[in-house]
Amino acid sequence: MTAPLLEADALVRLYSTRRGLFGRPTTVQAVDGVSLAIEKGRTLGLVGESGSGKSTTGRLVLGLERPDGGRVRYRGVDLPAPGSRDWRRLRARMQMVFQDPLGALDRRLPIALQVREPLDVHGVGSASERAARTAELLAAVGLGVHQGQRYPHELSGGQRQRAVIARALATGPDLLVCDEPVSALDVSIQAQVVNLLVDLQAQFGLGMLFISHDLKVVRQVSHRVAVMYLGRIVEEGEADAVFAAPAHPYTAALVSASPHPARRGRPRIILAGDPPNPAARPAGCAFHPRCPVAASVCRVESPALLPLPGGRHVACHLAQDGAQPLRAAV
Amino acid sequence: MAELAAAAGGSAPTRRRIPPLVWFGIGWILLMLATALLADVAAPYRFTAYDLRNRLAMPGDPLHPLGTDELGRDVLSRLIVSIRISLMIAFGATVISAALGTLMGFLAAHFRGIVEQVVLMLADFQAAMPFLVLALAVLAFFGNSLPLFVCLMGLYGWERYARIARGLAIAAGAQSYAGAVRQIGAGPARVYLRHILPNIASTLIVSMTLTFPEVILLESGLSFLGLGVQPPMTSLGNMVGYGREYITRAPWIMLAPATVIVLTTLAVSLVGDWLRDRLDPTLR
Repeated sequence: MTAPLLEADALVRLYSTRRGLFGRPTTVQAVDGVSLAIEKGRTLGLVGESGSGKSTTGRLVLGLERPDGGRVRYRGVDLPAPGSRDWRRLRARMQMVFQDPLGALDRRLPIALQVREPLDVHGVGSASERAARTAELLAAVGLGVHQGQRYPHELSGGQRQRAVIARALATGPDLLVCDEPVSALDVSIQAQVVNLLVDLQAQFGLGMLFISHDLKVVRQVSHRVAVMYLGRIVEEGEADAVFAAPAHPYTAALVSASPHPARRGRPRIILAGDPPNPAARPAGCAFHPRCPVAASVCRVESPALLPLPGGRHVACHLAQDGAQPLRAAV
Repeated sequence: MAELAAAAGGSAPTRRRIPPLVWFGIGWILLMLATALLADVAAPYRFTAYDLRNRLAMPGDPLHPLGTDELGRDVLSRLIVSIRISLMIAFGATVISAALGTLMGFLAAHFRGIVEQVVLMLADFQAAMPFLVLALAVLAFFGNSLPLFVCLMGLYGWERYARIARGLAIAAGAQSYAGAVRQIGAGPARVYLRHILPNIASTLIVSMTLTFPEVILLESGLSFLGLGVQPPMTSLGNMVGYGREYITRAPWIMLAPATVIVLTTLAVSLVGDWLRDRLDPTLR
């Protein structure tokens, strides 16, 4: 196995919030000890419901925010501080695709100028080379030259997302973080954009972190998946294996909730209880109040993310019963 | 640039026509600017020249088309010079105020933390303090000169630009286009000047068209109190202030500058409103 492109080790991110004017500030652990690795030409899918810390993990991995604990290494080197010169230079190597393409584009500039902007910022090539590269990028994502002269509001949602992807690819990065890239799009357009991302990955050998709550899409693009619950990874493994035979009860519930023609008629697991609130994390396993199979140990002891046979990791006391309780290095 | 030109050309047929009121506004502003620039040539008399035999002459007098004041000074000549002074003060002050306020707002949005607290505190102080009192204090301490007066007027209303610029810059930076451009690797100058400023310019311009008439009125008020432009120099507010004593016997002394104030502020508001729509490509 080659060294991963990007490695995140035990990331922690705290936010402090204040309730009311004189309320006591409370800290929320948005991300709590997340470790992951992204390899060249491979996609890691990150799944979880709202508030599970997926997007924060994406921002930490890109170095847009500093973690409160843990470290992120790109090609074996720690990420520089946000805003510094080194950090700005590194932006050419790693890029982000946003959930809301209209928000991520400047409404007052034509698309072509915005796709070209990373080249201008990083001083790539001469003026004519940049123009040629811009046309090439627009063509690569399936936009015409005349669409490049339009303003963002004059394009459809799918075309805007293509423009955002073209801009992200302008400097030839080798890491792409896609934060819910298709959840704001129509289903028919989603497929186009997902296919585009898969094609571009094959073409440029990009390493991708694909963040989504849509299991269908994640399954389609990801080689590996990590499932997050309340700031922690609860299960991680090869995408097909995880979706075919979920080891963690939460993953099982997620999988059963997404419709699938082959599983028609099978019982769905309906989760009871409140949706997770990062400000009031339950003791023991964070999932135990909603877990259909929770045992007494789950209320007391928080399970560690331990390996299962077949290159999978899971954080669940019950799933680990058969496996040897090896203490993970984290 | 060719792309931009082509894009602009492409949308030309859909461009809306300029409404007549805006034509009036543009025409009036141009007339005022021409008057201000050509004041020396356009004024039939020196604005301080006495014609003691024709004191308080009615408008329509063969020698003085807008009449004369209590010392026989030509109202038209005085009006022309007043327009120059008042416009200079109002334009200068509005530009200074907008530039200062926007800069402070951007600094607050960029550095956050202590810088933001200080800027917001200054803005609150400015908003809480009646500006007239502040102006009186400064003029009392430092005396009165035209450059000082323009700079002082330039402090008027900066807190509004600062708040607008800060709020919009923060909103743009968090999850939006500015954040996207920043993560491309762009430096602060590019983010603020090339992306945020054009995007918030329409709001700032509308705010400027609100401040401009207010500065004219403030200048008029201070001059009326005898603290603004000092005689023998004249300004619109100055003319209104001194003409007040003759309002029953010779109302034209006061009505001429008052009309100019009303029409100029109206014209600026009309044009500003139209510019806001015009500058926004999403409304085309």
